[in-house]
Amino acid sequence: MPISRRDLLKGAGAAAATLSLLPDPALAHGEEMEGDTHGAESESQRVRRWVMVIDLRACDGCVGLGVPPQCTQGCNWARFVPEGQQWIEVYALEQGHLEGIGSHFMPAPCMQCQNAPCVNVCPVGATFHAPEGTVLIDQERCIGCRLCMAACPYDRRFFNWGEPVQPPQVRSAPYDVLTQVPAIEGTVMKCDFCTDRMSAGGLPTCVEMCPRGAIYVGDLEEGIATNGRRMASMESLMSENGVGRYKEELGTEPRVYYIPGHGQDAATDGGASEAFAGWESPGGGLMKDRLEWPWRRITDELAKLEAIPAASEAAMGDG
Amino acid sequence: MVDVLQRSTPAEPSADLLEETALAPLRRTGPGYYLLILVLLGLVGLGAYAYSIQLRRGLAVTGMAATADKVMWGLYITNFVFFIGISHAGTLISAMLRISKAGWRTPITRMAEFITVVALLVGALFPIFDLGRPDRMLNVIEYGRWPSPILWDFFAISTYLVGSVLYLYLPLIPDLATCRDRLAGSLSRRKAWFYRTLSLGWTGSSEQKRNLAAALGVMMIVIIFVAVSVHTVVSWIFAMTLRTGWNTAVFGIYFVAGAIFSGIATLIIVMAVLRRAYHLERYITVRQFVNLGYLLAALAMIMLYFNVSELVTAGYKLEGSAPIYLGQIFTGSFAPMYWFYIFAGLLLPGLVMLFRRTRTIMVVVITAILVDVSMWLERFIIVVASLRVPQMPYPDPARYFPTWIELAISGGSLALFALLIAIFVKVFPVLSIWEIREHEETLLAPTALSVPAPIGRPSVADVIGP
Repeated sequence: MPISRRDLLKGAGAAAATLSLLPDPALAHGEEMEGDTHGAESESQRVRRWVMVIDLRACDGCVGLGVPPQCTQGCNWARFVPEGQQWIEVYALEQGHLEGIGSHFMPAPCMQCQNAPCVNVCPVGATFHAPEGTVLIDQERCIGCRLCMAACPYDRRFFNWGEPVQPPQVRSAPYDVLTQVPAIEGTVMKCDFCTDRMSAGGLPTCVEMCPRGAIYVGDLEEGIATNGRRMASMESLMSENGVGRYKEELGTEPRVYYIPGHGQDAATDGGASEAFAGWESPGGGLMKDRLEWPWRRITDELAKLEAIPAASEAAMGDG
Repeated sequence: MVDVLQRSTPAEPSADLLEETALAPLRRTGPGYYLLILVLLGLVGLGAYAYSIQLRRGLAVTGMAATADKVMWGLYITNFVFFIGISHAGTLISAMLRISKAGWRTPITRMAEFITVVALLVGALFPIFDLGRPDRMLNVIEYGRWPSPILWDFFAISTYLVGSVLYLYLPLIPDLATCRDRLAGSLSRRKAWFYRTLSLGWTGSSEQKRNLAAALGVMMIVIIFVAVSVHTVVSWIFAMTLRTGWNTAVFGIYFVAGAIFSGIATLIIVMAVLRRAYHLERYITVRQFVNLGYLLAALAMIMLYFNVSELVTAGYKLEGSAPIYLGQIFTGSFAPMYWFYIFAGLLLPGLVMLFRRTRTIMVVVITAILVDVSMWLERFIIVVASLRVPQMPYPDPARYFPTWIELAISGGSLALFALLIAIFVKVFPVLSIWEIREHEETLLAPTALSVPAPIGRPSVADVIGP
């Protein structure tokens, strides 16, 4: 029952809010509260308002480390992302799509828009705003019309065209709307800000996996954010020069902010030469082609392991 | 006047001849017909087989799956827009001509109206073919949300279907009574029951005629509003997004015009086929073709105007991804289709209607075929070219090639369209007998009044006068 699932989410959000670490609600000025958050409610029922702040000064697309983008890779592993989908994808911008900066890398998770085109167009309410403001998908209700994908201006939605390949344990798990596991054929998936992990006090996988500490996740309600290494007030992050949201002009009101940069902070810790060598190659040297979705391999290996006792039994039977 | 005269020259047998001609397909069926049905059934079967594969293996068997989620709509949505478009053949054209009392419409309204119903039935299948979870189709009713354009479409199309069936059925009633009476001896019991039930006890009394006229009067107005709303909301599926190429206010009216345009073209083609197959030359003359040809030319100019309006305003500013979008249709991979659409689909219909020499049935029919092909290409460009425009900074736009599954399902559906028409003409009179008769009578009426009217049909001398 999707309704009860939604009630559950509200409950989870409220529980997380009660456990808040910092009592002082530093604020994010100008952030519009949306209709389904409970702004008027008492402090004990305060609901998180998750945002991400991605510091492009620290992001070199993992080119300097000679590895594929670790945010994407970590997400793939932790969320059992079906083959080929990149819920958070790192793009190389040659001319700079954010104003006033040169070439840079840009990790793009789902923007969790407040005026979300995908939520607006869904015919069955399968994609919806959680109380914390994130956009989730109920894959048990989705009819697979893909209008949300057509509507998303950030290409951040992915479709399970065929039967998704995932490890057998994942396939047989009961469906959970918060983790989108197991993936369901003929439905849409996307980054969910790891809402489940955050409700439990953890961090989104991409934040944990980023070797440069470039991705901050924060709560506008508390006014704090962390990249897993240090805490920062939302106020200080938002006062960095030129903080902006991608395609702000569309009016989608994303919950992902970018601090402009071109990986300059990442380059200083050792990978400078490789990083700059990367600029020359197409795609800025990003190693997205080395990303892995090991599910097919794992499934095959498990099948082999299962086959062994059967084979030996058969052999014993022969003897 | 001239062809009215020609038509009524053999004076007396005119009415019987009309009934004979209209009922002939219901009486006799040649071997060619069965062969055609067999071929069409084969094609429909191939489509059904392809769909069964898709049901088993998911949309992974389509070309869309190979585009990394970029071109998430392809042939199915193209066909959906195309078939809903040609459904405007009917109803809208027949209603507009009925309102304007264009007498020449009478031999073609029936065809126009059943093209509408059949095209809607086939068109409405495509969103289902396109669904990732057709098994959850009814969620649209159970959980439907009004803010979604898909819901608007769902209700607009179902309203239109009900309306068009009614609008087809109402003028059929007198003709069904004719079938009931004239075919009486030759019908099986089930068929006799069928015509008796559907003709609702029509006797042609003046009260019944008044009621029918009143009902038609309401329906022909209502159906125009419904038809316009249908293609407007079909366009809004696209125009309610932020994509380059779709995000434009012109889309609603552009789609409505395109729908009427391709509807007229389809009507001309169906007219030509049925005219040849069932010897309707006496009723469907060069006049119907040329008049529809003029309508086609007018719509072509309107379409051209929308193209210019849309592309000049986008091309002048070159905002955002507009250069990529315009590049691919003007000179890029969609250019051959686009220029075919402009020259063969829009300029040619205007051109051929300018000259007396080219205002012939043959030329109009060929033009109509070219228009339908171009309008399908135009729908394809609208769907796929916009989706190919990168929204994120990746270097190579996705390439979409339909697989044989998509082609087979599309071909099968076209065959289903033809099959349903073929079945229709064997069950219902292909001409609107009573309307043609009424029209002939009104044409003859004024002279009939001035001369002491003979009972029965006026002679040629009455029409010309002293």
